[in-house]
Amino acid sequence: MTETDKEFTIQSYLEYIQNKKLMGTKCKNCGELYVPVRQLCTKCNSPNMEWVEMSGNGKLAAFTCITVGTPYFIEKGYDRDRPYCFSVIKLEEGPMVSAQLVGVDETKPDTIKIEMPLKVKFLETEIKGETKVDLGFEPK
Amino acid sequence: MGKLARKVALVGAGMSKFGRNFPLKRNPDMWIEAWLNAVKTVDNGIEPKDIDACYIGNYSSDLFNHQGHLGPQMANLVGLTPKPASRFEGACASSGIALRQAILAIASGVHDVIVVGGVECMNELPTALVTDTLATASDSLFEYPAGATFPGLYAAVASAHFHKYGTTSEDLMRVGIKNHENGKENPFAQMQQSIKDLMNSKIQRAQKEGKNVPDWKDEFDFLKSSSNPMIASPLRLFDCSLVTDGAACLFLAAEDVAKKFTDTPIRITGTGQGSAALSLHDRETLTSFIATKEASRQAYQMSGLKPSDIQIAEVHDCFTIAEILAMEDLGFYEKGKAVKAVKDGESRRDGSKPINTSGGLKSKGHPVGATGTAQAVEIFKQMRGIAERNRQVKFDVERALTHNLGGSGGTCVVTIYEK
Repeated sequence: MTETDKEFTIQSYLEYIQNKKLMGTKCKNCGELYVPVRQLCTKCNSPNMEWVEMSGNGKLAAFTCITVGTPYFIEKGYDRDRPYCFSVIKLEEGPMVSAQLVGVDETKPDTIKIEMPLKVKFLETEIKGETKVDLGFEPK
Repeated sequence: MGKLARKVALVGAGMSKFGRNFPLKRNPDMWIEAWLNAVKTVDNGIEPKDIDACYIGNYSSDLFNHQGHLGPQMANLVGLTPKPASRFEGACASSGIALRQAILAIASGVHDVIVVGGVECMNELPTALVTDTLATASDSLFEYPAGATFPGLYAAVASAHFHKYGTTSEDLMRVGIKNHENGKENPFAQMQQSIKDLMNSKIQRAQKEGKNVPDWKDEFDFLKSSSNPMIASPLRLFDCSLVTDGAACLFLAAEDVAKKFTDTPIRITGTGQGSAALSLHDRETLTSFIATKEASRQAYQMSGLKPSDIQIAEVHDCFTIAEILAMEDLGFYEKGKAVKAVKDGESRRDGSKPINTSGGLKSKGHPVGATGTAQAVEIFKQMRGIAERNRQVKFDVERALTHNLGGSGGTCVVTIYEK
């Protein structure tokens, strides 16, 4: 199976992330773009998709600096004194994605500005001897 | 969008005390308490033989209490077996959905009388696991790995609303202050204290213990201090609803049968339900909840009423920002204008359009699956003129609305009530 034949599943999308690629699916019929992956176009109801790679550029659409985090982020070392930034990013191609925003001062949310330009940064976490890659963004 | 094929009325409503109970009260305990309180409000009495089916809203007893299959469990406890008994799930809108399904079932002609319940026992788990269980109502595939918590998702919505409309943290604080003032007057509320009471009790405790006495000038000073810690910027502890155990119970009857139970039924003239993508990133807008817009559009159309016809409302203030969005998305105010209405006191119980006279989820508490039915309990009391203590509004309530939101806006149920 060549890379472009990868099934249009969530697992394929996550494997791309693990390989540090932000991929979307594009409807071959109407051109609508989906990130994360979709295998059915909800605009024209076509199931004919193709994988396309995103540039990784975008703008901040919404964010929050979280002091009381999820178990996964507590495991990553975040806590009340070391908050992390959850964000929604509008990609330059159009779709929005959720990701951790790094390279900002999470203790000073006022310094983080909506619409600031961002670029993708894949974040590695060591879990039980394995490297897990999560989608992240940082200021350009 | 059709009308109800048969008219439906609310003939009784009651709830358990909301809160955190010591020793623990489980769903069956609280359900019976709510049932008994609801029975008391039915003027001519109601018995199990009068009831055709039992509809229960519950979000996550599976994870909170290791118990599924609540329909028959709750039905049996009040003597309803072997009648039909079902559970409905739609995150925090679970019992709003149960209520709507009961309305539709009565309107269909299949059933004449249905008891609708909402139950949730959250405090059997430690707080970290409660938070994790609540997170399953958001998108666990893509939002959760990015660090989203429940407060975090509403905080992100708040950041977008702040950016677009200039909303501030103080605007949100006014919502919490107002709701606590109402909850103080509700004997069933979890926190029956105003923010000012809480502030003063902290000052008094510091004085008594000989510690540094805080120099807070007013509630805003207190709410901006470290006594109100940040949870997910810009939302602090007092912007968040509570972790609550509780239950509520409603008796619904076809309007022609309702006469048997009371001379003053509350008619249900509108019901609507809407949906949205679970993930915020999958939505067109971050400053509106389209599920609220759709649910209210349907309910207004069915009832023939406009937003301006609604006199009071219970809205889903799981976070202070959610009350602002609800006021706008329900059409009470234009986008970006709700904060001024709050500032001007319009949503206070002595204002022109009282909102959350019960204290809301913020002060009354938010046992997630029970919230939709508990909102209807408050509307029932306000329309009957029997709201306890000092929270009964000073005018005759003829038209009211409840707004029950699930998750971070993925589900919404809106119900309209008329005398």
